[in-house]
Amino acid sequence: MYSEKVMEHFRNPRNVGEIPDADGVGTVGNPVCGDMMAIYIKVTENRISDIKFKTFGCGAAVATSSMITELAKNKTLEEAMKITRKDVADSLGGLPPVKMHCSNLAADALHEAIKNYRKKLEADKSE
Amino acid sequence: MKMIFMDHTSGMPVDSNVVEAMIPYFNTLYGNPSSLHSFALEAKKGLKKARENVANLVNADKNGKIIFTSGATESNNWAIRGIAVRNKERGKHIITTSIEHMSVINVCKYLMQQGFKVTFLPVDKYGIVDLGALERKLTEETILVSVMYANGEIGTIEPIHEISKIVHARNSYLHVDATAAIGQISIDVQKEGIDLLTISSNDIYGPKGVGALYIRKGTRLAPFVLGGGQEQGLRSGTENLPGIVGMGKAAELAKTEMKTESKRLSKLRDQFINKLLQSIRYSFLNGHPKKRLPNNVAIRFNFIEGESMLLNLNIAGVAASSGSACTAKTLEPSHVLRAIGLKHEEAHGSLLFTLGKQNTEEDVNYVVKLLPDIVKRLRAMSPLTPRELRESV
Repeated sequence: MYSEKVMEHFRNPRNVGEIPDADGVGTVGNPVCGDMMAIYIKVTENRISDIKFKTFGCGAAVATSSMITELAKNKTLEEAMKITRKDVADSLGGLPPVKMHCSNLAADALHEAIKNYRKKLEADKSE
Repeated sequence: MKMIFMDHTSGMPVDSNVVEAMIPYFNTLYGNPSSLHSFALEAKKGLKKARENVANLVNADKNGKIIFTSGATESNNWAIRGIAVRNKERGKHIITTSIEHMSVINVCKYLMQQGFKVTFLPVDKYGIVDLGALERKLTEETILVSVMYANGEIGTIEPIHEISKIVHARNSYLHVDATAAIGQISIDVQKEGIDLLTISSNDIYGPKGVGALYIRKGTRLAPFVLGGGQEQGLRSGTENLPGIVGMGKAAELAKTEMKTESKRLSKLRDQFINKLLQSIRYSFLNGHPKKRLPNNVAIRFNFIEGESMLLNLNIAGVAASSGSACTAKTLEPSHVLRAIGLKHEEAHGSLLFTLGKQNTEEDVNYVVKLLPDIVKRLRAMSPLTPRELRESV
């Protein structure tokens, strides 16, 4: 069902875990639909210097989470915001059609994490 | 790597004795039983013997009929639609349960579009049908009650005899889908008072693509597949003779082997369940602990998702199944697991192991040793896992 690349990321997911003092956190999905992921980022000079994830979900959910951390690492925030769900799927050699919608949430989680970071930044400035 | 197959409800290997019995009917005894030559006679003999063997497995009486179909899905379709079509003048109400197979549920939904009223009975947390609700919902209009003998996903065995008494006291017909139960536990259509029984072949180590419907004498049932009038005018189409002979042989073997094999599997099942529940925290049994199919081990693990466990098991050489429909066409978890009251995330974390003839204690021990590490790894990755659990299992 899954491509070699998906299985490879599923077997050896990159950057699993949390960043306790993360600059931004994005959580998307819902255990109700069977997929939920959280992305943690550290930002240094407008670049994603560290990124980790936690995922509850199927093989595709784990693989897309792992892939997004690779795609986003060391990118500027603007570049990272441009990474799409399709980019993630393509980098994994495609996903089964049924998984394109439900389990391909990693890009959304990354964008949420960046938004969360920016919001915090705004809040810090206004203080 | 040794592969361990523990997904017998999805498909069973065909017994080698069954394959052997089938082979002549492909290329030597290939006559059409409806013809008038000696080739036909041989075919007819094979058909008759198969029918007797299947009847024998469910203790069908001489007056009842065993009619061969293309499988359990067709038998379920036929039983429900056949009763609906033939008895609609008497009433247009059908009762079934919320944990039936989709080949029952979707036929009922279709009939609802055709103007029938369908009641889906609730079940308790173990999956046992609410008999009080059955009694309350039965009316003069109720022409059919369809309840499965046992549920393959959670292993729970239904109180068919009691259900039969209630249904027949109100002059309704009882259809029982025995797909998951056949060959696992002894079924007696006479003693239990069953009017229509769906029997599958692949669930007793017979070939796929064949099944049967038992019809008790006097049951008003319209034929479903129309044509040349085979199977006593009840199910047309040239008989799938190799398949039917295979199913007959499988039924014969099931009848002789069931007692010993079910005892062996029940023991294995209980070891499997107990060891898993003991070695993994936040793990729970789905279905009834006692009224349970001998081959069924259905466990759910909190904070993680079924497919991820399955993929990991498969990497380690173990084939199992999940209660999660994430692999199917919808996001909704299994209707059975929802009906027994599980939350979505609990249903998503369910695993189903269905044991079979070739499974040994060694296989069970292998999985019991393997699974805690898989669960631990996935829990470490899950945002739902409570902090105290992240380092231990």
